[in-house]
Amino acid sequence: MMSQPKTKKETQDLFELYRQMLLIRRFEEASAKAYSMGKIGGFCHLYIGQEAVGVGAISALEEKDYIVSTYRDHGHALARGLEPKSLMAELFGKRTGIVAGNGGSMHFFDKKKNFMGGHGIVGGHISLAAGIAYASKYREDQAVTLCFFGEGAANIGSFHEGMNLAAIWKLPLVMICENNHYAMGTPEYRALSVKDVSVRAAAYDIARDHIEGDEVRKVRDHVKVAVERARRGEGPTLMEISTYRFRGHSMSDPAKYRTKEELDKYKQGDPLIKAEKDLIGSGWAQEEISKLDETIAKQIEEAVDFAEKSEEPPLGWLYKHVYAENM
Amino acid sequence: MAVLTYREALNRAMTEEMEKDPNIFLMGEEVGHYEGAYKVSQGMLAKFGEKRVIDTPISENGFAGVGIGAAMVGLRPIIEFMTWNFSLVAIDQIINSAAKMNYMSAGQFPIPIVFRGAGGAGGRLAAQHSQSFESWYAHIPGLKVLAPYTPADAYGLLKTSIRDNNPTIFIESEVLYGSKGEVPEGEFSIPMGKADIKREGTQLTIVSWSRALMYVLPAAEKLAKEGISVEVLDLRSIRPLDEEAILTSVRKTNRALIVEEGWNVAGFGAQVAYLIQKDAFDYLDSPVERITQEDVPMPYAANLERSSLPSEEKIIQKVRSMIK
Ligand SMILES: Cc1ncc(C[n+]2csc(CCOP(=O)(O)OP(=O)(O)O)c2C)c(N)n1
Repeated sequence: MMSQPKTKKETQDLFELYRQMLLIRRFEEASAKAYSMGKIGGFCHLYIGQEAVGVGAISALEEKDYIVSTYRDHGHALARGLEPKSLMAELFGKRTGIVAGNGGSMHFFDKKKNFMGGHGIVGGHISLAAGIAYASKYREDQAVTLCFFGEGAANIGSFHEGMNLAAIWKLPLVMICENNHYAMGTPEYRALSVKDVSVRAAAYDIARDHIEGDEVRKVRDHVKVAVERARRGEGPTLMEISTYRFRGHSMSDPAKYRTKEELDKYKQGDPLIKAEKDLIGSGWAQEEISKLDETIAKQIEEAVDFAEKSEEPPLGWLYKHVYAENM
Repeated sequence: MAVLTYREALNRAMTEEMEKDPNIFLMGEEVGHYEGAYKVSQGMLAKFGEKRVIDTPISENGFAGVGIGAAMVGLRPIIEFMTWNFSLVAIDQIINSAAKMNYMSAGQFPIPIVFRGAGGAGGRLAAQHSQSFESWYAHIPGLKVLAPYTPADAYGLLKTSIRDNNPTIFIESEVLYGSKGEVPEGEFSIPMGKADIKREGTQLTIVSWSRALMYVLPAAEKLAKEGISVEVLDLRSIRPLDEEAILTSVRKTNRALIVEEGWNVAGFGAQVAYLIQKDAFDYLDSPVERITQEDVPMPYAANLERSSLPSEEKIIQKVRSMIK
């Protein structure tokens, strides 16, 4: 356990991190519900249980920095401050969605927030992230790119090629492996030649780090070190942050490949409960926390309502955006 | 008018564009210090430095992705594949990332990137190094696909590709790099989606592109001596396709033959044939025909390689049989 937040700033800060985590949790619960009611189609990969990683890591960034995400992108998007309304509308396939119904759950993008997408091909986005970091180096804009991926992706060619290129060019890239111990139904020990993905950093001679991802402030502090290293021009870092998803791989996965005991064990370390304990320990009144809960519940309700009431995209949009306009 | 080789024309197009726009860079294996596996980037490292002419390790998937990522944030990469054969390990990035990013992001992230390099059959390079992938890439909405035959077209179309805000598949022909042609002085560009009538004729239209024209044009010449008048259309641009030019020509000549270096099954010529029968059916005096590479991986033996490709002889025979 990290030491309790002491100063007013620290405690307020923890409250904000908690708020984001709770927003993600409630958003995800609402999407699960809407999915079961058939209102959301396609795949829907929930982030429940991993909130401290996305929130902690993204809170270490500045506005100019970039985030590249996977198909499990709801949490990352919310942590970056994308509007729950437009995200929910996207899940519902409405014209008011963040990408106007073109993307769905796996493809959130927001240029204004430098949120560079949810990407559906495992590991394919890693070299894109290297490319975004490459552009920062090319332009000397001092921005850092944060790339999330699962431990399953650490076995794919794009990961290795992306890492090598980032290493030889010393790109401002922070690679965060959110190791939730399963790639769909495959446990890590059946797929990974190493126990700790971050040791693969040695193969590229770059910095590495490995932490547990259940304490949001700890995640932020560690990611900050890597972000600063990148900003100083000292190249990429490969981090492994251990975490756990409480739900199946996607909504259609009952997760029979793991035991109830295992799940219960991890639920003891629920990052949200930990952060709440921290909050109380640092002097926040239970009342304030309950009030936040209500506010968020309302926000989510509004988001679902907004999504529900929004119109579908007009059929005339079918061919829109296949090609970009030439100026 | 200057006479340039195909490779010099490409080089000039890239150099001129890079002089104008600092967001453009060239990246690929051996493009810098080695000056290009086919010497297309000769002199460019000296001119632009290592920041803009970037040698990569052998990792096509990786550097294709890097280019796409850089394009997402406004740079305009030219990615050279040493040959298109090796683009296959990057095809995930080209199709799943480059072609679809603008669509998936509802127009937030256009990908102004050019993927270019040598394609087609080479001098006895055998199965893994002699392949035409126009049809593969033309299949994908979101991509534009170009295959110039002359140096002037190579120059003008590469300029257009670099300026285009979409991912462009620019397939050069391995055997054409040394071919020469007149390239007008001064700046010009050629729009995509405009075919070029290489030869006017009245009795039959041959639709072709890239290196296959090396067989088509002399065949048309010989047929003319026999009194058979063939019109030759160089598509240049596979996607977008100049449907109008094809239809106009076929409506005039009433016969069509498509000659391509790629394979027959699901090849691009099938799409052209479909278009003709759909929109010029009433004008046809004989079935639309195709000549393609034989339905086999490319053999190494010189005679087999030759026999597997389109040839003057095959074209002449086919045209004669269609005219009768
Ligand atoms: C190249 C590729 N192969 C397979 C899949 C199907 N798939 C989607 S997610 C997934 C598991 C990935 O696990 P991991 O990278 O650990 O991330 P996590 O889902 O645990 O966050 C698989 C196999 C895919 N999308 N892309």
